[in-house]
Amino acid sequence: MTKVAVAMSGGVDSSVAAYLLKEQGYDVVGVTMALFEGADEEGLCCGLSAAEDARSVADCIGIPHYVFNFKREFREKVIDYFIDEYLKGATPNPCIACNRYLKWEAFLNRCLEINAEYIATGHYATIVKHPVTERYTLKTADNKDQTYALYALTQEQLSRTLMPVGKYPKSKIREIAKKIGLKVADKPDSQDICFVPDGDYNRFIRDNTNVKAAEGDFVDREGNVLGRHKGITAYTIGQRKGLGIALGVPAYVTKIDTEKNQVVLGSNEDLFSKRVIVRDYNPMGLDMPKYEIRVKGKLRYTQPKADCVIRPLGDNMIEAVFDTPQRAVTPGQAAVFYDGDHVAGGGIIVK
Amino acid sequence: MEYYFDNAATTAVRPEVAEAMVQYFTKSYGNPSSIYKIAQKNKTAVERARGQVAEAINANANEIYFTAGGSEADNWAIKGVAESYGDKGKHIITSCIEHHAVLHTCEYLETKGYEVTYLPVDEYGLVSLDDVKKAVRDDTILITVMFANNEIGTIEPIAEIGAFAREKGILFHTDAVQAVGHVPIDVKAMNIDMLSMSGHKFYGPKGVGALYMRKGIKITPLIHGGAQERSRRAGTENVPGIIGMGLAAELAVKELDKEMPRLTALRDKLINSILEKVPYSRLNGHPTKRLPGNANISFEYIEGESILLLLDYKGICASSGSACTSGSLDPSHVLLAIGLPHEKAHGSVRLTMGHFTTEEQVDYVIQELPPIIERLRMMSPLYEEILRKNKKGE
Repeated sequence: MTKVAVAMSGGVDSSVAAYLLKEQGYDVVGVTMALFEGADEEGLCCGLSAAEDARSVADCIGIPHYVFNFKREFREKVIDYFIDEYLKGATPNPCIACNRYLKWEAFLNRCLEINAEYIATGHYATIVKHPVTERYTLKTADNKDQTYALYALTQEQLSRTLMPVGKYPKSKIREIAKKIGLKVADKPDSQDICFVPDGDYNRFIRDNTNVKAAEGDFVDREGNVLGRHKGITAYTIGQRKGLGIALGVPAYVTKIDTEKNQVVLGSNEDLFSKRVIVRDYNPMGLDMPKYEIRVKGKLRYTQPKADCVIRPLGDNMIEAVFDTPQRAVTPGQAAVFYDGDHVAGGGIIVK
Repeated sequence: MEYYFDNAATTAVRPEVAEAMVQYFTKSYGNPSSIYKIAQKNKTAVERARGQVAEAINANANEIYFTAGGSEADNWAIKGVAESYGDKGKHIITSCIEHHAVLHTCEYLETKGYEVTYLPVDEYGLVSLDDVKKAVRDDTILITVMFANNEIGTIEPIAEIGAFAREKGILFHTDAVQAVGHVPIDVKAMNIDMLSMSGHKFYGPKGVGALYMRKGIKITPLIHGGAQERSRRAGTENVPGIIGMGLAAELAVKELDKEMPRLTALRDKLINSILEKVPYSRLNGHPTKRLPGNANISFEYIEGESILLLLDYKGICASSGSACTSGSLDPSHVLLAIGLPHEKAHGSVRLTMGHFTTEEQVDYVIQELPPIIERLRMMSPLYEEILRKNKKGE
């Protein structure tokens, strides 16, 4: 029997993933990653309560369950990265870092050590071969699509991964969970960043670094001082609420300048741009483009795909030019490109 | 087939012990505090068990107080002394390799204005009497050092510390949860004032333990309420548990002369064979001053978690540290204290044998463990690097 290790968070999706694989005849092992200790474990995705939920699910579907300790790796690769990027004025996506370094590096390697041939997750995406290039790629799910956060997976990683819930709608997954009597069937979907459950990133960074948020100036596009800001980590591109400044017209964060410690404010129109530079491009379904190709791009998890062309700049960088200007292009976030339903590749937005 | 090598975490209840307990659930269920006959019989049975436990450590029956386990006994002893003797001083001496039931209690007392000295240990995990002497102050009210360590099995110089403490007139408590029923203990000869033990570590039931407190020592109760345990520990007696613990203590001590050499031989066979077969492995803890059933070995360049899982596939139950922390699996404070760097502390496995362990089972582990280490190292980039370096050196 083929051994599969399922990354179980104690939530509905990964629980049903484990169940489906068991039904398909795999030798399934459930594993929960212990990633951090919160002051309040309630509702967090990877604390000890998650492990307890996952263990009871594993017991219910009749598979062994283990806990892997990746607290050090999580601290280094996700939390420290998150903090560093914020201090640089970027808006990082820690879920992508967690997928890349925790689930598909530390976890995958550990699972290979314990004789598993595949790992499985409860992500909404399907792993397929691209019909033309025959490279491994991700096909988008009809709803709750999570391909955006998975763009960084390599060919080797994809070849070792199963995503059994990706082909079902979420409602069907909840139905299966109910049918097999999982206690977690009604558990709400996880929201926001798991290690900052209250969403107050600014305080989290203050509590976790010695860096005191340095106040600085709000300026307009021409550099005229408009007021004082309370430290750049409190702001993200496109933000309008909570600026604590009244200019008579709606003002948005359009740029964060770490060198000058300035936050640039402008109008909604100032937020739109057509050109995006992307670094650390990971080719997935399509090879690294050699010349300009037409694809669809997505610059935020919640944004719809938009038509664009991408062209190589060398050094794993690419440039994307959108047909219509995109709002709030945010350095640090991922830019993911699609060839139809398939992920072509993606990288991190530089500007 | 299950190969149980985690006797330091808990032990199986001996069948004769379980059998002795059963009637106290269904037939003799009376509350020992009641006056009718069936209850009185239970009172007598509890007192008999108290005698059995006392005899196991050469104490008097009226010096034994039953608790709900070893952690409660540790908490009660330390908090009780702190509170009752706090007017004499606020300084406590302990070691840095204690069980968390002791360490966290001491840390708690630090928040209440007490001062605690955490003695270091040597590479084998031994506390030195000199360090104890140096740490003592005029306001020291308690020395608490464990009898034997739960992770690495090292047996501390309890009699020496006891003699010194008695001479100085300082109370001496020892957490003997891992030692009772496994090595000889004589609280009188060793000058022990207080001692914690737990039934399920010597083939008795879980949820029952005891604190030995030398006659004359008075500490405030941890649990207030009824007049049970001579008004020192309230709560209706756990009659079946106490009966089981008493019998288990008696049986374990009676068989010490036979079990100690048998387990020591198995332990040494296991340790020597593994160290011989597996390069870059080392024994943690003292080679001879250690519990008869304890083997704790570090394997460089790999993670303990993977070893445990692969052992589990083979039916071998082992652990990487104390079971209480395995929910988090942080590197063991004991292994760090004996000087192991984080990486090595991570790649450590504790195999603990007991009454039901056979030589065949030990042979099975000797056969199955080395290939697991070999396989994991083959996948470890660190190990590859070491092999390459060594090759160059030749």
